[in-house]
Order: sequence, then C-alpha cells, then structure tokens
Amino acid sequence: MPTVSMTVNGKAVASDVEGRTLLVDFLRENLRLTGTHVGCDTLQCGACVVHVNGDSVKACSMLALSAEGAEITTIEGIANPDGSLSVLQRAFQDHHGLQCGFCTPGMVMSAADLLKRNANPSEREVREWLEGNLCRCTGYHNIVKAILAAAAEMRGEKIAAE
Amino acid sequence: MYNFDYVKPASVADAVAALQGEDAQAIAGGQTLIATMKQRLAQPRTLVDLTGITEMQGISVDGGVVSVGAGARHAEVAGSAEVRGAIPALADLAGKIGDPQVRNRGTIGGSIANNDPSACYPAAVLGLGATVVTNAREIAAADFFQGLYTTSLNEGEVVTAVKFPVAAAASWQKFEQPASRFSLVGVFVAKVEGEVRVAVTGASEEGVFRAAALEQALASDFSAAAVEGASVSSAGMIADLHGTPDYRANLVKVMTKRAVEAMS
Repeated sequence: MPTVSMTVNGKAVASDVEGRTLLVDFLRENLRLTGTHVGCDTLQCGACVVHVNGDSVKACSMLALSAEGAEITTIEGIANPDGSLSVLQRAFQDHHGLQCGFCTPGMVMSAADLLKRNANPSEREVREWLEGNLCRCTGYHNIVKAILAAAAEMRGEKIAAE
Repeated sequence: MYNFDYVKPASVADAVAALQGEDAQAIAGGQTLIATMKQRLAQPRTLVDLTGITEMQGISVDGGVVSVGAGARHAEVAGSAEVRGAIPALADLAGKIGDPQVRNRGTIGGSIANNDPSACYPAAVLGLGATVVTNAREIAAADFFQGLYTTSLNEGEVVTAVKFPVAAAASWQKFEQPASRFSLVGVFVAKVEGEVRVAVTGASEEGVFRAAALEQALASDFSAAAVEGASVSSAGMIADLHGTPDYRANLVKVMTKRAVEAMS
C-alpha cells in the first residue's frame, strides 16, 4: 500500500492508504479527526469541507494521495491556540447559527475561507458563497448573520447578538 | 469505489507514458470522476493524477490570445486579473461553475475532456473559437467536441492548455439548475474574429452547439429584437424532469437576449 504524508492542523502525519481512500476517510478513520463530516458523499452538501493549502475543498471528493505534501486544516484546527472558540465559531454560537450541528463544521470551514478572501462581504456575497453548503435545520438565516457578525468583529467592529 | 493503482507524474511526457497502461485513466480535480467512480460507473486500473504537472499550470495573455493551462482551477481563472481584463465573460463563466469548493478543485482541462452536455466551459471554448492544445497537436474547438461525453481526444491523449482569442465583446448567461448547479441552459455570445458566435450548453442531447439561426440574425442586427424574430428548434433538445425540449429552446432565446443586452 502506498504511504501518504501531509500536515494536518500543523502536525506532520503519515499513513498507509489505498489508492481509493478519500481525504475525508483518511482524516476520520486514520487520524480520528471526526469533526469533518460525511453528509451526501456526492459533492452537494459541504459537511466535509476542509482547507487544502488554504483553499476550501470538499474532502469527500478528493483522494488522500492527491493531498500528498499538502497543508490541511480541519474544524479541529480552527479554535484559538488556548482551546477557546475562534471569533467565527463563537459567532455561530451567539447567533444560533446551528441546530443539529451536522453541517456546522463545513459551514465554519467554508465561511473561514470566505473571510480570508473578503474581509467585508455583503449579505448577498455570504449567501452566494454558501451555495455548496446545505443546512436542513436553521434555514441559513442565522448562519449568514453569524458570518457577517464574525466578519465585523474581525474588522474591529461589534454587532450585538439578538 | 473499486481500488486502483495511483500515480502522480511530474511531466506531460510521464503522464502520457502512464496512460498507455491498460484501463489507465487521467484525473485532474476529480469533481466529476470521483463521483463517477463511487457509483462504479468508471473503474480504472490505474489513475494518473495530472495535478502535479507544472507545465500544465499557469495563465498568460499575449498578442490577443489568452492561454490557460489545462490544470488551471476554475477559481484561478475566475480570479485572474489577466483573464478578467482580456475576456471578462470567461472569468464570469469560471466564477459561476458549481460552488466555491468545486471551483477550488475542478480544472478547465478536466471539464472539456469530460464534455458533459451541461458543463459550462465547452460553451466558452466553442463560442470563442478556442484552440485545444494537447501533448500531440492543436485541435480547433469546432473539431474537439463530438457529442455527449465525447471529444476528438485519442486514447491517452492529454489536454495541456486552451488558447482563447480575445473577443471584441462577449457575455455568458447561465440559467442554473439550482440543485446540480450545472447549466439548465447556458449561452455564450461572442463578437470575435469578425463574426458573432452563439454557443449553447445544457440544451442539446448532443452537447454544446452553435445556434446558427441566432448567429445569422445577430450578424445583420445585433439586438434583442433580432433574437426574438429568430426561431430555435426544440428538435434534439434534452427532455428531463427539469424542463421539456420546448422549454429549453425558449430558454436559449431568453439567455441569448440577456447576453446581447449585456453587450449592448
């Protein structure tokens, strides 16, 4: 079996994998990083979004071997170094941006990629960016509010949670 | 999905050599192929990953030609200031494919080699009259697309770049199927190399095509009214749960009018 090595949340990892091993299965099964979820397994829902070399991608549709040498960030790598929630994660909590929570890791990872590219997105830009993330509980409204609030806080502004 | 051997060559020559193997299949971003393999509709013995090939990367504009490496991801084309400056409609098209995560993996080479009848890129390649560059030759867009999931690529032949002539004006109008994010109907209208071209994707059972009646109408009168007066046949158009052939034929006109208005 071939060996794949990459950096996941700042830590060098290596493991034997099959050719067909998906990145999401490598993260969940080999590394036991189960925060990255598998929802649809067909590129639709976005529960499996992680960052590969800084870009958000759907880990259900990338081979682990294709990530050889890559820098991967998962939801487990998003919190502050002291373990407290990041601004974005806390905004999801403050604005009730989750209900069952299944889509949340993907939503957070997708939103983190957006805010890295666009520090001041409009509501429309946030909604368009979330095109590849499905939520079946909250209906998106509070997720969008959370992301806009996190963006404002990261810019040094403050929006009160309702 | 069935298991396979995986190789990741660093050069086009090594990729072509690897693709000589029995049941070898090239993979780029994998945003179609991996789903296909999960369904066991494809079961290659060897998967040849093209994403490590530097000579297939990069975007450049030179002498009225935009060259896009086959490995360029949709997000790179959408975000390229050079593409945006030379052919804004091409950047628009790339920026509306799938969703942000798909755009961060999917490549132009993979899209056109697959030639999905509802994919976006074939409309720009045909509408602009681009040239598809492979490891062996250069293929005119009109000769490249050969119908449903079929191209003129030979076994083991690899798309390495696409060369687009800079258009005087162009517009991409996509009527999106909201679940799949493919084009229910997408129309690429271009004024390029002295003619008006109208390339349509998502509508025909034969894949991307040029709408001759609309091109003729627009050549003499580049206006929405001219589109209204032309007729688009629904013969051979896709019938599925999202739309009838008549609905798609009508959408071709509607989206062409929007493109013409955007260019006027």
